[in-house]
Amino acid sequence: MIEATGLTKRYGATVAVDNLSFKVNSGRVTGFLGPNGAGKSTTMRMILALDTPNAGTVSIDGKHYREIHHPLRTVGALLDATWRHPGRSARDHLRWMAVSNKIPVKRVDEVLHIVGLTSVAKKKAGGFSLGMLQRLGIATALLGDPQVLLFDEPVNGLDPEGILWIRQLMHALAAEGRTVFVSSHLLSEMAQTAQDLVVIGRGKLMYQGTVDEFVTRATNESVKVRSPHLPMLRMALAERDVPFEDLGDSLLVSEMDSDGVGELAFAAGVTLHELSPTRGSLEEAFLQLTGEAVEYHAESGK
Amino acid sequence: MSLLTAERIKLFSTRAPWWCTALAIVASLGFAVVFVIFGGDEIPVTVSNTQTASSFGLTVILVLAVLAAATEYNWGTIRTTYQAVPKRAPALLAKAVVVSLWCGLVGLVIGFGSWGLGVLLKPDADLALNSAADWRAVAGQGLVFLFTGVLGVAVGMLLRSTALALAVTLVWTQLVEGLVFLIPGIGRDIYEWLPFFSAGQFIGGGLTASALNLGELPLGPLGYGAYYASICVILFVIGVVMNQVRDA
Repeated sequence: MIEATGLTKRYGATVAVDNLSFKVNSGRVTGFLGPNGAGKSTTMRMILALDTPNAGTVSIDGKHYREIHHPLRTVGALLDATWRHPGRSARDHLRWMAVSNKIPVKRVDEVLHIVGLTSVAKKKAGGFSLGMLQRLGIATALLGDPQVLLFDEPVNGLDPEGILWIRQLMHALAAEGRTVFVSSHLLSEMAQTAQDLVVIGRGKLMYQGTVDEFVTRATNESVKVRSPHLPMLRMALAERDVPFEDLGDSLLVSEMDSDGVGELAFAAGVTLHELSPTRGSLEEAFLQLTGEAVEYHAESGK
Repeated sequence: MSLLTAERIKLFSTRAPWWCTALAIVASLGFAVVFVIFGGDEIPVTVSNTQTASSFGLTVILVLAVLAAATEYNWGTIRTTYQAVPKRAPALLAKAVVVSLWCGLVGLVIGFGSWGLGVLLKPDADLALNSAADWRAVAGQGLVFLFTGVLGVAVGMLLRSTALALAVTLVWTQLVEGLVFLIPGIGRDIYEWLPFFSAGQFIGGGLTASALNLGELPLGPLGYGAYYASICVILFVIGVVMNQVRDA
């Protein structure tokens, strides 16, 4: 479990992380969501004690990162896939890390196999594509067989097959009871990967809870109805004070689910050609929530 | 112990240290050969004079040590290192130990190699190691190179950029020390306290001191050796403290 309390980080006058408190539970994939520049990476660096917070604390299973003995065996992290010496082979890169935390060297070959880099293990990491570097980064995170895993934007630069692989890997890691904390600026990606969400904007906590609740709360459900007897349906809806939007050949009914609309139509003797529940897009909902909290806006119409 | 092994793997799993080592040894010994052969009557072949080219090797080894530390910041592996060793100081100490031991070893190879080539090429010259000064000139290279390794790691840790650290190191060794000497009035007084001049005095820089007409020096050879070692160690300690405090 990761627990942050009142975490604050300032760079000069800029507040990167502002009084941030959240919990990440074990056995689940927790998405860490926010627009670019929201403070996700800074938070992850503070979890790993790379950066020192100006205020607040963050602990992993009750301990500060600096107090953990051989931390690679407790916490695995991929913060930046480019953190490798380009002249050093993938295997040597993992080998020095393993040795430093007394992890058996045979584990190096195991993780290289898991991420599918066995054939290029002795090649210099300088020639790796971004996708290969992400895999090497994931290998470094898995090296100590840790109970807690942090991934910062792990799908960057990966092809669809690689994205699917990472998603399955994270599910498998959480299913084994581990804590998986993964950041992303894409809600659609997180909706498919995570069960829990921590959403931040401009360094502040916007939401903490399950993905399902976030999606339900943030997107309004509505029902699209197509019928040859639209005037009758309009009257029936108006009688019940159910709001709807007229789309010409169909109606968009809100505040009533498809079961209700179907029963209402049956009672009014209205034939239905279509009855489909629709949801506002996740991205729209995310933008709505963090809209005011986006650090860098593209100026539109200028 | 595991940290020393980790740093050893780091040092020898890239090419630069091997190239620097080869260059340092080949160039120093090569110049030593040329020096001994063409020395003639003006410059007698003495134990001390066989070591004249070692300063070339020293500069290259300084570059090796700077690279070993500074590239970690350039490529971000220092953060991975701190992830593995969050207390930081033990990892930095392990790096300094591994790098400086290797540098010291190279120094011994250059010291004894240069002297050995002198003995081989000029069997008639008096190159026996009879005095403390003779031993300092030859075996002392090991110590000077060792502390230069510490110095290079410290500079890399303090400047945290390969380009900047290399530039500062090379400008200092190639230009600054020589130019300081030329400052009217106080130049000479400062020059006598500069680090690489001091290292040279420990080895026995009789040639430099007499050629520059410096006269009486403030410290003896052993004093200069201790002074040089302190500069290297102090810079390293400052580097460790800065790295403990700063965000990685």
